[in-house]
Amino acid sequence: MFDQPATIVELQNLFVAYQDKLALEDVTLSIKAGEFWGILGPNGSGKTTMLRAMVGLLPLLSGSVKVFGRPVDRLGDVRQRIGYVPQHSRIDMYFPIQVREAVMLGRCGKIGLARRPDRSDHEAVARALQLVDLEDLANRQIGQLSGGQRQRVLIARALALMPDLLLLDEPTAALDVGASESFYAWLHQMHTKLSSTLVIVSHDVGVVSRYVTAVACLNRRLVAHGLPHEVLNRDTLEGMYGCDAMFFRHGDVPHLVVSREQTDVTRNRKLTDE
Amino acid sequence: MEILGYTFMQRALWSATLIGALCALIGVYVVLRSMSFIGAGIAHASFGGVALGFILGVNPFFTTVIFCTLTAWAIAFVSDKQKIREDAAVGIFFASTMAFGVLLIGLMRGYNVDLYSYIFGNILAVSRFDLYSSLILGVVVVGLIALFYKEFLLLTFDPEMARVVGLPVRTLNLLMLTLVALTVVLSIKSVGVVLVSALIVTPAASAFLLTDDFKKMMWFSVGIGVGASWLGLFLSTWLNVASGAAIVMTVTLIFFLCFLFSPQRRRMKQRMSRLKQLIKS
Ligand SMILES: Nc1ncnc2c1ncn2[C@@H]1O[C@H](COP(=O)(O)OP(=O)(O)OP(=O)(O)O)[C@@H](O)[C@H]1O
Ligand SMILES: [Mg+2]
Repeated sequence: MFDQPATIVELQNLFVAYQDKLALEDVTLSIKAGEFWGILGPNGSGKTTMLRAMVGLLPLLSGSVKVFGRPVDRLGDVRQRIGYVPQHSRIDMYFPIQVREAVMLGRCGKIGLARRPDRSDHEAVARALQLVDLEDLANRQIGQLSGGQRQRVLIARALALMPDLLLLDEPTAALDVGASESFYAWLHQMHTKLSSTLVIVSHDVGVVSRYVTAVACLNRRLVAHGLPHEVLNRDTLEGMYGCDAMFFRHGDVPHLVVSREQTDVTRNRKLTDE
Repeated sequence: MEILGYTFMQRALWSATLIGALCALIGVYVVLRSMSFIGAGIAHASFGGVALGFILGVNPFFTTVIFCTLTAWAIAFVSDKQKIREDAAVGIFFASTMAFGVLLIGLMRGYNVDLYSYIFGNILAVSRFDLYSSLILGVVVVGLIALFYKEFLLLTFDPEMARVVGLPVRTLNLLMLTLVALTVVLSIKSVGVVLVSALIVTPAASAFLLTDDFKKMMWFSVGIGVGASWLGLFLSTWLNVASGAAIVMTVTLIFFLCFLFSPQRRRMKQRMSRLKQLIKS
């Protein structure tokens, strides 16, 4: 992308609140072209809020968000370069729509107001369906899919745009191990070959740290950010999760450990339940 | 069948076709977006519009179009601020616009207005003007739905994604509400203020039970709407009862037939519970 500015997403002293409760506090972060960011943090730490702020779904209390150099409330046509996979979509399971049509709607803005999809649109949809392995289910009504398959529809919908910036909010939460592995492998490819900029929210510290080039740890504030091996140490995790957690490797799979309980948990979701 | 030779009956049939189709088409969005209550609210607002037309001495059709559209926009504006829920906003306008109409009629003491036909409709009294205005506005409504097919679909299916991909969500919302208002106004002469929302909601709700495909749902809904309007019209002339009521009873009967004999009875229970949520008002 020759016209791509070096900084793709820029958050500056960002504050976001729901009613009177702060969800993000003074977050400053800059995401450069071609980077692959992992966003970590316990439940309710503001990860989803941060991604939603990046696509202009939330009013900002103060500070600024710029994407592709444009203020987020005036994104205009750069919206067509952003793919967003929400954590919880409020879509209606019984809505009379098939997988293929739902994925096509991801290109709704790109196709243009009052226009019909043409061949390139159909090709992009076919490719997106292929990438998430949903070709066989393309004509199914979305309610007749499993939870993981439905999540793949949301991913395909974002991919149908062939975005330069892909924002993923826990995209693998409902995927089985195989689908999750191949999805990460594919993300890795997209990152290395197409030099797309990726931001992924996940609780899979181990998997994330294997693929990402940078990590941000959120707990309303930005607790730490930087290279994965620098950030993912005892102090930051302790600061972030507020308990005596630590991070170690055996083999090449990193684990999170809570010393108090002496239990090994790969999914740190459990840690935050305390 | 010699009744078809009468002009009033031919007009009634044309009107039944146009209105049956239009209401059923817009009803698909109304049902899927859980806007049934808004439909009813706009319909009742038309009472105020009709009264306004009488007191100003102009054709109530024009005052009603303007009054209903403005009411629809007002509902959107008040609930858009997020301070108040949409159903509360509808409830407020529902009653106040009717009260406004009642007040106006009270002011026209001694003035003999055939309000009964506006409340319950009389498809046999449809004039040439009514028919042509229905035709023109009907073409406009269908044209806009065809033009913004994918935009309205995304707005209905996933409004949040519609914002993310950059659709002019607010404008499209207002446009859709305007189309609902126009449809309601067109139908009042035939089926009346009270019954019009049934003609909007019931065919689409029946179609929802029959198919998993959005376009098919539109076609089924239109088929059911037109079929029920014809059947109801013939029943009403045959039994000599009010046409609006006969049409609504027919379409309700069709709904229950769909409910009982749907090809997808297996998944019916889930769909029914979803439908109940959609049209909880
Ligand atoms: N719509 C809302 N209204 C009010 N408060 C909200 C809303 N959405 C989120 N919050 C609050 O804002 C905070 C941040 O929420 P957010 O969804 O960003 O967390 P998260 O990091 O994505 O959590 P999770 O890991 O569970 O997905 C939480 O405390 C949550 O309770
Ligand atoms: Mg979240």
